[in-house]
Amino acid sequence: MLEVDDLVVRYGAATALDGVSLRIEQREMVALVGPNGAGKSTLLNTLSGILRPAAGRMRVEGRLAQVPEGRQLFPDLTVEDNLRLGAWRSGDRDPGRVYRLFPGLMRLRRHHAGTLSGGEQQMVAVGRALMSDPDILAVDELSLGLAPLVVADLVRHLRMLNEERGMAILLVEQNARLAFDICGRAYIIEAGRVVASGSCAELANSPEVQRAYLGGSTDEYEEYDESEESEETTR
Amino acid sequence: MSALLQYVISGLALGCTFALVGSGFVVIHRVTRVVNFAQGAFPVIAGLATASLLTRGLPHGAAELVAILLGGVIGLVVGVVAIGKPGTPPLASLVITLGLAIFAYAVEIIVWGDQPVSFPGLSGTVNVAGARIQQQYFLVIVVALVTFALLELFFGRTYLGKGLAACASNPYSARLVGISVTRMGLVAFALGGVLGGLAGVLVTPLQAVSFDSDVTLAINGFAAAIFGGLMRPMMALVGGLVLGVAEALVAGYYESAFQTEVALAIMLTLMVWQASRRSALEEA
Ligand SMILES: Nc1ncnc2c1ncn2[C@@H]1O[C@H](COP(=O)(O)OP(=O)(O)OP(=O)(O)O)[C@@H](O)[C@H]1O
Ligand SMILES: [Mg+2]
Repeated sequence: MLEVDDLVVRYGAATALDGVSLRIEQREMVALVGPNGAGKSTLLNTLSGILRPAAGRMRVEGRLAQVPEGRQLFPDLTVEDNLRLGAWRSGDRDPGRVYRLFPGLMRLRRHHAGTLSGGEQQMVAVGRALMSDPDILAVDELSLGLAPLVVADLVRHLRMLNEERGMAILLVEQNARLAFDICGRAYIIEAGRVVASGSCAELANSPEVQRAYLGGSTDEYEEYDESEESEETTR
Repeated sequence: MSALLQYVISGLALGCTFALVGSGFVVIHRVTRVVNFAQGAFPVIAGLATASLLTRGLPHGAAELVAILLGGVIGLVVGVVAIGKPGTPPLASLVITLGLAIFAYAVEIIVWGDQPVSFPGLSGTVNVAGARIQQQYFLVIVVALVTFALLELFFGRTYLGKGLAACASNPYSARLVGISVTRMGLVAFALGGVLGGLAGVLVTPLQAVSFDSDVTLAINGFAAAIFGGLMRPMMALVGGLVLGVAEALVAGYYESAFQTEVALAIMLTLMVWQASRRSALEEA
């Protein structure tokens, strides 16, 4: 589905990615975890064609769409226009399929995207990416600045896209616990290099990963995960 | 009373041409963040070209249409030179447009000479409440209003218009969804050229144009455009009408040589006011 080999990306003289290799198979959910400035967003923007690699190879099978860090909507355009613009590359501009996925957006479709709550904006960002009917969805910081219940609801949607539509998902997360919980495999990236990769279960048991990314032993996310079915998403 | 009516209507017509030039500034600035200093060249070239085409025997209508399209082509050329290379900083592009504006002088003098040129517009006058008003004034006003309505429809209703608005709103995300921001910038420059060209074919029957008329047109157009902070076409229309009427009144009751000074004074006052309002917001 996605193959990246020895990718090098620079901003001027500064090297942001220094020989990154990564693979995503069909229907896989893969996590990309690492500290601030590790190069996660740089990798996603390179995959999206916004940045040009200085060296290395990448091969994307099918279409890749990105949900960018911080949502990056068109704030002064309506929700519906934001969604329709997501289909610029593909053919079908009818946002009906996104409204079916996120019925809450239907009511907001004439509102300017900039006036929405963080959770609603993230739904629009995911919806806009889905409008291009992608085969791979790359999500940058899904949980950034959102209440846990909102995150749980978005996670449920990502799982559904993966399980029911077979969409491959690359999930960038600061919250490693959340990422490991959702995904099958993960890559850990530090200072532009992949320092560890493997199944999430394995990684979660490695002492170094636990120390650096999982902190103590409290299981915050699980709590919210269990409550997701019964409780309404908070706004 | 009939003199006042005369001044107001001629001022509205003149204001419409400022508004058209101004909307060109707005469309280009919104999409590319570039202030196009060559904006005044579009109406001048279109006006001069129309006069030439008419003397070559092209009928009215056809000559104007060709000249407006020529404005669009020149707008596109300016765009290619100014922003064709992706990643050019807006300030560098601005300097390039300034250079092109001066280059246009040379071309215009070689092709058309340095004497003012005009051509007849709609002949005849209409009687309005005792004042005899040239029909050309009404033509200018109607065409400009229709153009602004079409612009609103274009940006508000069409997919291409939304794509342009997306580039203005968030260029990073525009690229993310697959919009070529450079190509949209070129569309904006071409549209700016068409709007400037339209202003030129409308204004030349009212005021003869020569190669250096671009200064007056550009200053007035820019002053109209900053009414909406260089971002809103409709506010450029309001700005143009205010300017046009103010200048016509000054010219009619006082001294016609002060036209441009009036525009500059209004523009500076607005800019100072907008800047102080902005910094007040930032302090809050
Ligand atoms: N536009 C840019 N120009 C120059 N350097 C940049 C730019 N964007 C990112 N960088 C640098 O590249 C490196 C990788 O940044 P990147 O945004 O990819 O990190 P990240 O892993 O996404 O971090 P975060 O978790 O904070 O989002 C950092 O050192 C950053 O300072
Ligand atoms: Mg990032």
